[in-house]
Amino acid sequence: MLKFIIKGILRDKNRSVLPVMVVSIGVFLTVALSAWMRGIFGDMTDLNANFDSGHVKVMTCAYNENKSQIPNDLALLGVEEFQKQFEADYPEIEWAHRINFGGLLDVPDENGETRAQGTMVGKAVDLLSPDSKEIDRMNLRKALSAKNASRLPQKQGEVLISQDFADRFGVKIGDDVTLFGSTMYGSMMFSNYTVCGTIKFGNAVLDRGALILDIRDARMAMDMEDATGEMLGFFKEGEYEDVQAKAIQASFNAKYTQADDEYSPTMVILTDDSTIGMYLQMANSIGGIMVFVLILILSVVLWNTGLLGTIRRYSEFGVRLALGERKVHIYKSLLGEAVVIGIIGSVLGTAMGLWLAYYLQETGIDFSALMNNVTMMIPSVYKAKITPETFYIGFIPGLFAVVLGNALAGRAIFKRQTSQLFRELEV
Amino acid sequence: MKNITLIISLIFSLTAFSQTAEEIIKKVDKNLTADNMVMASSMTIHGKRNSRTLTSIAYTVGDEKAFQEYLSPARDKGTKMLKLEDKLWIYSPSTDRTIQIAGHMLRQSMMGSDMSYEDMMEDRELHEMYTSEILAKEGMNGREVYVIELKAIVDDVAYHSQKLWVDCERFVPLQQDQFAKSGQLLKRVSFSDVRRVDDRWYPFSIVYKDMLKQGDGTEMNITSIKFDQEIKEYMFTKAALKQ
Repeated sequence: MLKFIIKGILRDKNRSVLPVMVVSIGVFLTVALSAWMRGIFGDMTDLNANFDSGHVKVMTCAYNENKSQIPNDLALLGVEEFQKQFEADYPEIEWAHRINFGGLLDVPDENGETRAQGTMVGKAVDLLSPDSKEIDRMNLRKALSAKNASRLPQKQGEVLISQDFADRFGVKIGDDVTLFGSTMYGSMMFSNYTVCGTIKFGNAVLDRGALILDIRDARMAMDMEDATGEMLGFFKEGEYEDVQAKAIQASFNAKYTQADDEYSPTMVILTDDSTIGMYLQMANSIGGIMVFVLILILSVVLWNTGLLGTIRRYSEFGVRLALGERKVHIYKSLLGEAVVIGIIGSVLGTAMGLWLAYYLQETGIDFSALMNNVTMMIPSVYKAKITPETFYIGFIPGLFAVVLGNALAGRAIFKRQTSQLFRELEV
Repeated sequence: MKNITLIISLIFSLTAFSQTAEEIIKKVDKNLTADNMVMASSMTIHGKRNSRTLTSIAYTVGDEKAFQEYLSPARDKGTKMLKLEDKLWIYSPSTDRTIQIAGHMLRQSMMGSDMSYEDMMEDRELHEMYTSEILAKEGMNGREVYVIELKAIVDDVAYHSQKLWVDCERFVPLQQDQFAKSGQLLKRVSFSDVRRVDDRWYPFSIVYKDMLKQGDGTEMNITSIKFDQEIKEYMFTKAALKQ
């Protein structure tokens, strides 16, 4: 039976070429777009997790309530002791201390007076510990500018500034800059640093006025010894697990958060931010959405293709019925043909889709020119992400739509009357 | 009978507000501003978590020149500020840098206090910046006060309108509410410990409260104040900051 169907498909090009093309194009779109959309939403989530929210984040309750103001005066104190406790309680999580702050970056002239200055958003992370993963998390090596002799900080007192800031104020590698802001206790904070590199993240928000420095420098400057604004937790497995994160959050807050102490630690998780929650949901469900839409569109197209095929093969079905073949058997063979066409089209479409998805994964499409005024933390280069799902997702609409289309079109077989056959065939 | 009541009310009002609002504000200005002034003070900032006290000495000439040096605590000792007209420079001894503060940074909190740099820099007389109107006469802290509303007549003021409770006898404000253009109360300044210094009355204790911030405000206590002193012109140069 299968051999008969395959021979029929190969020998009768009219029966196979158009449906295979339609299925291939549909599957190609499903595979490429689902991988690209998954990549986009995944990148948005990872960017937010790595730069801002972690998979879980611990702050004081008071800091959490006012977090939009980056209130370092409400920072978590005694973090070394807390870290030991958290590591013992949640061994599946690794912790990173972060201090975010705002201030003024002042560029001196040869007399030590203000030559240029601009507001900046500072981020203090552990850049200098040998076992720190922060450089990779923030993709700092890749973000280093290739235009100059940029390098990562190798000792305290060295900082990275955004390429945009450096260009705007004529700051060069090796120049000294002064950070002006306030300490955790409200005193004036002045600190001199040497610029060792300029960075461009490809994110409009981060690229406008970012300053990255080692957390030891920030602690010294801001009077935050054994304190941190935020403790970010990342699953050691690498991927965010919402169910696990929710369970950890419930247990953490039950143990550490005290209603009568606004400086007690509290935990929030990645999906507590509704936007990131939506990104994650989209990343996870985008394949399903694409499959549903493509099945709908392809089914209608293939139904029409099937109808055309059925009309064209009107005589063939008549002869087969006249020779005594049962209607159900012909209908089944038609569905069998659909399965074979679906598989051929899906294989071709998946191959083409994977090729494009791979290209988009490696290169991406740069939308930075359109994002000058974007204030959300989203990437400017949109890349695809190939996952195991990418290899099979195209087969679902590819097979289902062609079978559904043929099943609907093939109903005409059952309307044929044996008594009318010879008149229809004009024998 | 109605007319008699009206006449009595009118006479009472005229007696009560026998001075115009502008005259009162000019008297307030005369008390609070001087050709030059040397003032030592302590400022206690009550934060959410802790309180800290800074001491400083300030030299002021008119409304255009001011120089302030912080004397304690150790972290802030030697920090100096120089104001020349509408420009402000801050010198930090730890970095040996002089930084000019401009634009919206002037609206930031000064030393974590409830005062902004803009508040600190504002030395102009009230009657030059605001029109005034007496709203009422009432009691406050055991003193009789005029309640005066001020409305800005110049664009470059930090507060669009203010409400002042001015001691009827000493012409020193006991409370000052400062409002945004929207009418929102931004800051409340309370004055107390009013003492006689030479030929004027001056409040020696001032509490600033930023109404948009948590905390108990910033308390400033004047330890000494001298008017009409000889202040060397050199003090108001950027070179003096590094000395």
